Amino acid sequence: MKRRDFLKSVSGLAAAGAMTPAPAIWSAAKADARSETLLIVSEGGPNNLDIHGVGTNVPGYEVSWNCYDRLISHEMKSGPGGVPYYDRDKFKPELAEDMNVGDMSVTFKLKKNAKFHDGTPVAAKDVKWSLDRAVSVGGFPTFQMSAGSLTRPEQFVIVDDNTVRVDFAKKDRLTIPDLAVIVPCIVNSELVKKNASEKDPWGLEYTKQQTAGSGAYKVAKWTAGTEVIMERNDEWVGGPLPKIRRVIWRTVPQAGNRRALLERGDADISYELPYRDFQEMKANGKLDVVSLPFSNGIQYIGMNVTKPPFDNPKVRQAMAYAMPYQKIMDAVLFGLANPMFGAPAGKATEVAWPQPTKYMTDMAKAKALLTEAGYADGFETTISFDLGFAGVNEPLCVLVQESLAQLGIKTTINKVPGANWRTELNKKEMPLYTNVFSGWLDYPEYFFYWCYHGNNSVFNTMSYKSPEMDKLIDGARTAAATGDMSAYDTDVKGFVDLAFSDIPRIPLYQPFVNVAMQKNISGYQYWFHRRLDYRTLAKG
Amino acid sequence: MLTMIGKRLMFAIPSLIGVVIVTFLLTRALPGDPAAYFAGPAAGKEAVEQIRKKLGLDKPLIEQFFRYTNDLAHGDFGNSLTTGQPVATEIRNRLPASAELTLLGLVVSIVIAIPLGVLAATRPGSWIDHLCRVTTTAGVSLPVFFTGLVLVYVFYFRLGWSPAPLGRLDVFYSAPPTVTGFYLIDTLIARDFEAFRSALSQLILPAVTLAVFSLAPIARMTRASMLAVLASDFVRTARASGLSPGTVIVTYAFRNAMLPVITTLSMVFSFLLGANVLVEKVFAWPGIGSYAVEALISSDFAPVQGFVLTMAVMYVLLNLMIDILYGVIDPRVRLEG
Repeated sequence: MKRRDFLKSVSGLAAAGAMTPAPAIWSAAKADARSETLLIVSEGGPNNLDIHGVGTNVPGYEVSWNCYDRLISHEMKSGPGGVPYYDRDKFKPELAEDMNVGDMSVTFKLKKNAKFHDGTPVAAKDVKWSLDRAVSVGGFPTFQMSAGSLTRPEQFVIVDDNTVRVDFAKKDRLTIPDLAVIVPCIVNSELVKKNASEKDPWGLEYTKQQTAGSGAYKVAKWTAGTEVIMERNDEWVGGPLPKIRRVIWRTVPQAGNRRALLERGDADISYELPYRDFQEMKANGKLDVVSLPFSNGIQYIGMNVTKPPFDNPKVRQAMAYAMPYQKIMDAVLFGLANPMFGAPAGKATEVAWPQPTKYMTDMAKAKALLTEAGYADGFETTISFDLGFAGVNEPLCVLVQESLAQLGIKTTINKVPGANWRTELNKKEMPLYTNVFSGWLDYPEYFFYWCYHGNNSVFNTMSYKSPEMDKLIDGARTAAATGDMSAYDTDVKGFVDLAFSDIPRIPLYQPFVNVAMQKNISGYQYWFHRRLDYRTLAKG
Repeated sequence: MLTMIGKRLMFAIPSLIGVVIVTFLLTRALPGDPAAYFAGPAAGKEAVEQIRKKLGLDKPLIEQFFRYTNDLAHGDFGNSLTTGQPVATEIRNRLPASAELTLLGLVVSIVIAIPLGVLAATRPGSWIDHLCRVTTTAGVSLPVFFTGLVLVYVFYFRLGWSPAPLGRLDVFYSAPPTVTGFYLIDTLIARDFEAFRSALSQLILPAVTLAVFSLAPIARMTRASMLAVLASDFVRTARASGLSPGTVIVTYAFRNAMLPVITTLSMVFSFLLGANVLVEKVFAWPGIGSYAVEALISSDFAPVQGFVLTMAVMYVLLNLMIDILYGVIDPRVRLEG
């Protein structure tokens, strides 16, 4: 080729390049697809599509919630700011047609036209098999079932093809609510059994990779760590047909990019952003930001009560007066939390949880209490936190460290990697730490049973033991089961008062779950599991 | 030549065995208990023990090691707990994503850095020399994730020129059928030009981020090496013989200046694989770097071991390739095992 020809052809190419019209980014069909597609961006994705699996993570719960049905679910009520909030006390049928509560059992009739994604009708044997599976596989699902006294397969009885009875092991107010959480989902038993093996009788390997339910959505494609694509199940009978045809859920690890995607209008909905971003997005008004308190959840400062100096209630009270509460609210949370401190002095204790303590930052009082306890010159200690939530925990601990320094208490900050946090908590050796606890079942006695009872569960991170406390908690549980509401109220008030005067853990605030979405997205509902329910969302 | 390659590969075996042992022990020595992590936030002691048993972590270390090496010998890298998938499949799927990005970054970097270095060396003290100095200094002093975030902020968020940083393809395109695993090539094979365009536009920002980071060593090394060669006797002789400046610089000087540059390239390539981890995080890139980091955070042993092993194999191959290249460029370098 001659040089001249070469130049000609190159310039020709360049001209052709310049003239090709840029392809329209959305062809008509694609634009349509977009209006019925929801694009969610979040920090992490699921590691397992089945909540019964080994070590399924929290994003996996979201898939389970939307792709499987339960026998019953909750009604909605109007929550803070008019946002629909699940109603703890009102149930609605999902797979069941009706629910008949007897004295020691509850009977469910199944919807006749309910079908699994592969077209097999949902039958009583599927329900029995699924509930058996939940109480048998071990790990988290079995633990969650036991919280409602559902522990043995014999409790689930097939009455006929369309009817299932659940027998109560004992009277427990939490049994029926526990059937409406994510775990007791109904699985296509025939399909899964076909894919089970001797080593894996419950077919966990199969349901890890694909959904085998009857829910409103089914997973069309899952690329672990990258994206989940879910398609609507048009045959769904659990409720009104969802508006969103397709859900694309992408993992975007960088919080800044998630915000940029939202603000540019490329992503529809996101959560898990830093508080500061939510607060700024709220202020500039381009997006809808919903902030709702965690039900039955509190961030607290815990103290190990088995070792000095925190074995002394006076020291613990001094600590409660030394917390920089308001600073934490303003500088760490940007106001996006409910304060759990500073209730007016004359306020009566309520039959509710969480509720604020009467403690406020009062350094003089703290100093006096410390002197009384014999620590006038302070002491040395270590405050630990989970690096997995460093965005909140780190500034919080720095503020606490600063505040304690005024009392002569020298605090070293110990950052624990996320993978190690649970192990450290289990050891119950950290003298001082911050943590969050929140329960799916929103009942005060449930929270106290796990966090304050002397049977010393994992969540009683303080190793707190008090016979008086145990009596009140057990009393409230029995009273709730038998419906003795006046005894219940007395006991609840009693254990709240005791928890605040003995103060083994200092409540700081009730955190908010924050979700940011485009203005054209409607239908967001708050659930106890705090994940998204796609079934009520709509776009445009 | 073939016997030489064979010999070199033989020598790599002991180091690979070493890598297997060290990664196994290191991952076991990490703080954190995978059983507690995967038992979930609400698990009690028994639940944690059940999980530990299921994961085989209750067995003595030596038994775990033999089981691990046995699996390895059968090509089984184990299962990742964070993504729930077999590690071998994941690495096979993710390696092309990282490789495509790294190679493109390296190519962009070479295309800019080598001419810049050569020009700076032939005109020391001129504006181009200063430009070279400024860009390289800026390049090394900016952390990659920062460059990445700034590029996203300017070109995506502010100007809107670049597509959303959502991985390898726009959300509404589907991936081409896998042939090489490189989307740029696979989309062309599938004749899906819209997807090619999308893949390319997704690649530009992360590749430029990597290029900015790797410009400095390549440009500086080219400049220094060229300066040394240009001052040598044979260049003076060539000039004195009346050869055109182009011939002197390209044929005589540049070829001789290449050796240290190639060495630097191999080093830069390994740096880039490391830098990839952060770039992949920023651009939600589904590569092996972000995979390994995720796994490390949740003390998920199998992927970390798989990652380190893959990297070790890649380094061995890379070094071999560089050695062969030496021989091609400079016949004086004798290849000996």
